[in-house]
Amino acid sequence: MATTWVFTEEVAGAPSSTSLEMLTKARSLGGDLAAVYVGTGSPEAFAAVGAHGATRVFHIDPGDALPAAGVTGALAALAAEHEPDLILFGMGFTDRDVAGRLSAALDRPVLANAVDLEVDGDAVTVVSEILGGTQIVKAAFTGPKPWLGIVRPKAFPAEPGDGGDPEVVGVPMGEAGPAVIAARHEEAAEGPQLADANVVVTGGRGIGSAEKWSMVTDLASLLGAAVGATRAVVDAEWTAYSLQVGQTGQTVKPDVYLALGVSGAMQHLVGMKDSGTIIAVNKDEEAPIFEVADLGVVGDVHKVVPALIETLRARG
Amino acid sequence: MKIAVCAKQIPDPATPYSLDPETHFVVRPNDQVLDDTDRYGVEMALQLAEANDAEVVLVSMGPAGNLQGVRQALAMGADKAIVVDDEGLRGSGALVTAKVLAAAIQQEGGVDLVITGTESTDGYTGVVPQQIAALLGLPALSFARKVELDGTTLKVERISATGYDDVECPLPAVVAVTSGAVEPRYPTFKGIMAAKSKPVEQPTAADLGIAADAIGEAGSGQEITSVEDAPSRTAGTKIVDEGEAFQAIVELLEKAKVI
Ligand SMILES: Cc1cc2nc3c(=O)[nH]c(=O)nc-3n(C[C@H](O)[C@H](O)[C@H](O)COP(=O)(O)OP(=O)(O)OC[C@H]3O[C@@H](n4cnc5c(N)ncnc54)[C@H](O)[C@@H]3O)c2cc1C
Ligand SMILES: Nc1ncnc2c1ncn2[C@@H]1O[C@H](COP(=O)(O)O)[C@@H](O)[C@H]1O
Repeated sequence: MATTWVFTEEVAGAPSSTSLEMLTKARSLGGDLAAVYVGTGSPEAFAAVGAHGATRVFHIDPGDALPAAGVTGALAALAAEHEPDLILFGMGFTDRDVAGRLSAALDRPVLANAVDLEVDGDAVTVVSEILGGTQIVKAAFTGPKPWLGIVRPKAFPAEPGDGGDPEVVGVPMGEAGPAVIAARHEEAAEGPQLADANVVVTGGRGIGSAEKWSMVTDLASLLGAAVGATRAVVDAEWTAYSLQVGQTGQTVKPDVYLALGVSGAMQHLVGMKDSGTIIAVNKDEEAPIFEVADLGVVGDVHKVVPALIETLRARG
Repeated sequence: MKIAVCAKQIPDPATPYSLDPETHFVVRPNDQVLDDTDRYGVEMALQLAEANDAEVVLVSMGPAGNLQGVRQALAMGADKAIVVDDEGLRGSGALVTAKVLAAAIQQEGGVDLVITGTESTDGYTGVVPQQIAALLGLPALSFARKVELDGTTLKVERISATGYDDVECPLPAVVAVTSGAVEPRYPTFKGIMAAKSKPVEQPTAADLGIAADAIGEAGSGQEITSVEDAPSRTAGTKIVDEGEAFQAIVELLEKAKVI
């Protein structure tokens, strides 16, 4: 691949983990590799991007504008000047907004949900999963470049290489449009982050109510695990949206994944089926989650989980 | 005021659907349902319309079938529907879909607010809302979990990586709502009856001024090269809890060196 750009959304002051995964993959494709870094930026953040393979960083700081329009304008102008072959985006909020907007601005298709990329000479094929990961679809770009792809989290491991500090090029925002961010709100997350945790304890609607949710957080803290949730749970506001695992939420690959009162809908499975060991507790022996579980317990979470918590507490 | 809501008919997810082995396109039954994620968009449009005395126009692209899914939205309360159905559209990618929807919205005229879902159940690219907005030259307020209309100013809670942002924007605009933003209503008997006589326009892509070579797989700049079964995970041990099953979990956690 002659020139690849990796869209790098800043999350909590650092490059998103998906951007580092994409940079690692893109590095293996050969050719020129640059990052389009969107956020406040810092020497540490740029160094991390450089270590993962970008020799150049185009830095765009959106400030308090809703990023999509202005970042797209800046990126469209950059693309016209440098003519990259492939631009990769992650699944972050700004990532997806800019990928869509840029696709319309440049009149180029965007292939989404990539779990792998196959590059053969000048041809790029995007590999994605459909129907809950039961089928694999390969699609190739056929039109003019640049080609745009959206890559799912954890598609590739993130590994730093021997890259040094990149050249940083400041790029002004394009026309930002009338939408502004009037205020930002942080919803504090305690304990290990979902994306990086070795153990994840996920609760589903089977937990029963917001009051009973503490059974999930208690077990997680005893195991040093991150807490996950199904969409049914975040929609019911038992916990924060950011803990959702699945198609619309996060993709996790921990060593151990515990699913408590989770049915195992297709859209949930795509976010966790590549975990090391999967343990499921569900009172319905026909629940689809059992089809991917290494250990399936047919039982009531209100009996099994408290007994488990008690045993772990007793062990200290 | 006029609100357009983009919503899709899909094969019922409860009945397994298949891909045509030759074209790799989803086989579309005559009976289709309103995409579950789009019920939230329709509900949001209806609530804003009720509070602001607006008309709600449903805009959809894809095989019309017997219009069952579209009638679901009309029964919920949408005033009319535009369904772009054209044999040439089969295999269209997200950008072509957005071009068709944007053209339909433009031809309808006078639209102040476009509402979409965040991602469709079967396509799930999540890019169509921004593409529509860019094509119409509008801002897009995506990942909106709360939407208010204060005169002609939109106020939205937009989910962020670390919490949420309050975003403000004057109309016209596109808003993509998340599921859970509102509680979709069930159609009433009266609504179902009324839906039968609501207008449904069915233009082709050509009627919207879109050339035949700009649509379908060829016009989408992408080509499906293969569809294969994924290697599947095999189920492990299943035990029925008789009071001691937690022990098996403890043992497995020990084996995995978690405890
Ligand atoms: C476009 C789209 C995107 C989506 N994205 C996501 C996503 O990212 N993540 C996600 O999770 N979902 C997603 N969904 C929703 C998904 O389809 C399911 O609706 C959701 O995952 C169900 O959550 P659940 O398993 O908690 O609830 P349910 O399906 O209601 O299952 C609850 C389970 O708990 C069991 N149970 C009940 N009581 C007990 C008890 N006392 N003890 C033990 N077991 C009990 C039941 O047997 C049942 O299996 C998406 C849907 C769409 C259409
Ligand atoms: N064929 C279609 N007809 C109408 N609306 C659509 C269509 N495809 C996508 N949309 C809208 O765009 C949103 C996101 O879809 P997608 O980009 O396919 O994930 C959906 O929730 C719909 O509101």
